Amino acid sequence: MSDKITPILMPKWGLSMSEGTLAAWHVEEGAEISPGDEIMDVETDKIANAVEAADGGLLRRKVGNEGEVYPVRMLLGVMAPSSVTDAEIDTYVSDYEMPEVEEDEDTGPNYEFAELGVGKIRYTERSGEGTPVLLIHGFGGDLDNWLFNIDALSETAPAYALDLPGHGQSVKPADSADLDLMVSAIVQLMDHLNIEQAHLVGHSMGGLIAGQTAISYPSRVASVSLICSAGLGAEINDDYIDGFVGAQSRKELKPKLKYLFADQGLVSRSMVDDLLKYKRLDGVQSFLERLKANLFDNGKQSVSLKDGLKKVDCPKQIIWGEEDAIIPQSHANAIDGATVTVVSGAGHMVQMEESSQVNELIKEIL
Amino acid sequence: MARTLSMKDAINEALDLEMERDKTVIMMGEDIVGGAGAGGEDDAWGGVLGVSKGLYAKHPKQMIDTPLSESAYVGAAIGAATCGLRPVAELMFIDFLGVCLDQIFNQAAKFRYMFGGKAETPVVIRAMCGGGFRAAAQHSQMLTPILTHIPGLKVVCPSNAYDTKGLLTQAIRDNDPVIFLEHKNLYGSETDVPEEAYAIPFGEANISREGKDVTIVTYGLMVHRSLEAAETLKKEGIDVEIVDLRTLSPIDMDTVLESVEETGRLVCVDEANPRCSIATDVSAQVAKDAFKSLKAPIGMVTAPHSPVPFSPSLEDSYIPSAEKIADAVRETMGA
Repeated sequence: MSDKITPILMPKWGLSMSEGTLAAWHVEEGAEISPGDEIMDVETDKIANAVEAADGGLLRRKVGNEGEVYPVRMLLGVMAPSSVTDAEIDTYVSDYEMPEVEEDEDTGPNYEFAELGVGKIRYTERSGEGTPVLLIHGFGGDLDNWLFNIDALSETAPAYALDLPGHGQSVKPADSADLDLMVSAIVQLMDHLNIEQAHLVGHSMGGLIAGQTAISYPSRVASVSLICSAGLGAEINDDYIDGFVGAQSRKELKPKLKYLFADQGLVSRSMVDDLLKYKRLDGVQSFLERLKANLFDNGKQSVSLKDGLKKVDCPKQIIWGEEDAIIPQSHANAIDGATVTVVSGAGHMVQMEESSQVNELIKEIL
Repeated sequence: MARTLSMKDAINEALDLEMERDKTVIMMGEDIVGGAGAGGEDDAWGGVLGVSKGLYAKHPKQMIDTPLSESAYVGAAIGAATCGLRPVAELMFIDFLGVCLDQIFNQAAKFRYMFGGKAETPVVIRAMCGGGFRAAAQHSQMLTPILTHIPGLKVVCPSNAYDTKGLLTQAIRDNDPVIFLEHKNLYGSETDVPEEAYAIPFGEANISREGKDVTIVTYGLMVHRSLEAAETLKKEGIDVEIVDLRTLSPIDMDTVLESVEETGRLVCVDEANPRCSIATDVSAQVAKDAFKSLKAPIGMVTAPHSPVPFSPSLEDSYIPSAEKIADAVRETMGA
């Protein structure tokens, strides 16, 4: 019978997550769940987010209690058709054993490194079918900005995310820090992975890079999804960009990060600490200063995609968080012929704050 | 990329990267190259606990094994620092401070001041500190308060491998004399450490654990004992915040005061002896600047006012334990 029973487990977000708090259930026992439904809220020391059901079914049993901390992969709930008896579910729950994991086994997403012309680039890969999707993060970000997206997208297509040059664990170039370098990194990574054509999804500065790649290498790009993107208007929040680059301490950085989210409570201490750890790596500070000078000096964006993207005839969509405090939401209508969606209740990091909605929008274009 | 590294290996890596980056960075000390049982240059011992193992093969011109004379080589390192090098002198155990103290506190610490700001002394003096190693009274002391007392010295005592690499890098790049104290019982403790070089600025405490009921201010090995106590107290419904000072001079009182203003309760945990210690210093500053925020008397957990015992059972009861820390926290909660 147990093949009819589907467990709901504590998810694992990123390599470092070992446990999470089940903050709230969004469904009741007896509810019919469809894949993609938000079934519960989980909080870690780094981030809080809604968990979407990977499978559908009838929720028969809530095993996890709200407010309690559970290890990754712990049984939190049981789905099963009504033909399965309560006794069988009791047995399933009492017999459930956490999958044994070797101490050194890499249980989370694997990070890979590629030696490219631009230098060493870190990326991560999720297998899938069809034309791949490549996720490009924004200024000061890294591939974990797609933590809540990459697994969902890989249900529809092979999904990749990278750390751009000067970011995350990729090379910290000593000289160049401009759009050409970023576009080269995208194309070189695609070559390295033998990807002829990809759907590009870019967030913020990553949108600018995705758009510029489509303009410069139209045959390599199947579609572009630009999320709260740079390159679609002149204005950008200089207090954020300047503050992020200039911040030397937790105290200076934290207020700037609040610009990123509609729900500012999401800015956790460990998020601030992780960004400070990145900023303190040798070479990062001067890289960010040069990149800012090239792309976003004095609150003005220096590059526009508007004319170039007109000539690119692949599908284009634009997604924006309604409460974006970094790049004005009014830029969303800059490209004729693009599908535009404004997501309410989300700020600049809309792909994290409203991940399920953004995932659906991206899946539609894939 | 980040991978797991022990504190000992984090020290080795910081020294390696800085000697590679800057050829004026040199190391001096007893047995930092050779040492007991060493078979040859390339596989030499690398210090009494092997911290600098492998570095001589990579940087043969930047490492000097010195005679057993702390007063000579610490003085030489300070002199070399005033003349343009960036020496890292290894004092082995901070307990040996006495024989080279004049060079440190009356010379290195005073040069910038006495020469009107024109002299710089970019020297780092590394030494093991702390107890629990069954190494008896002359190799187990926590002498942080003595050094923190002296203006002109910067004093660092990290609690984990990530901080150790970043703070040692900062110490080497810093233009003032830095005393870098490594708790010998933490050499094996591991955290994620990036492969690249990075520097953590001095004077920035780390919140090792967030909590709302009681603030523990501590550093070094005691951070781990405090974390252990916090886990016990969590089961009793007491939510503890832990401030790891990381650098004792300069000290980040802003973070301490902000935390105490939130929690209203303070316990200072210090492995040093109780009189004129980091614990008394922090307590006095909080009593002066945040008295109105305090809901209970300040608690203090320290070693007793006696030398470190050699007997293992006595040493274990000498060093503040998680149980003693938990008791002190309960007392501030009125339990």
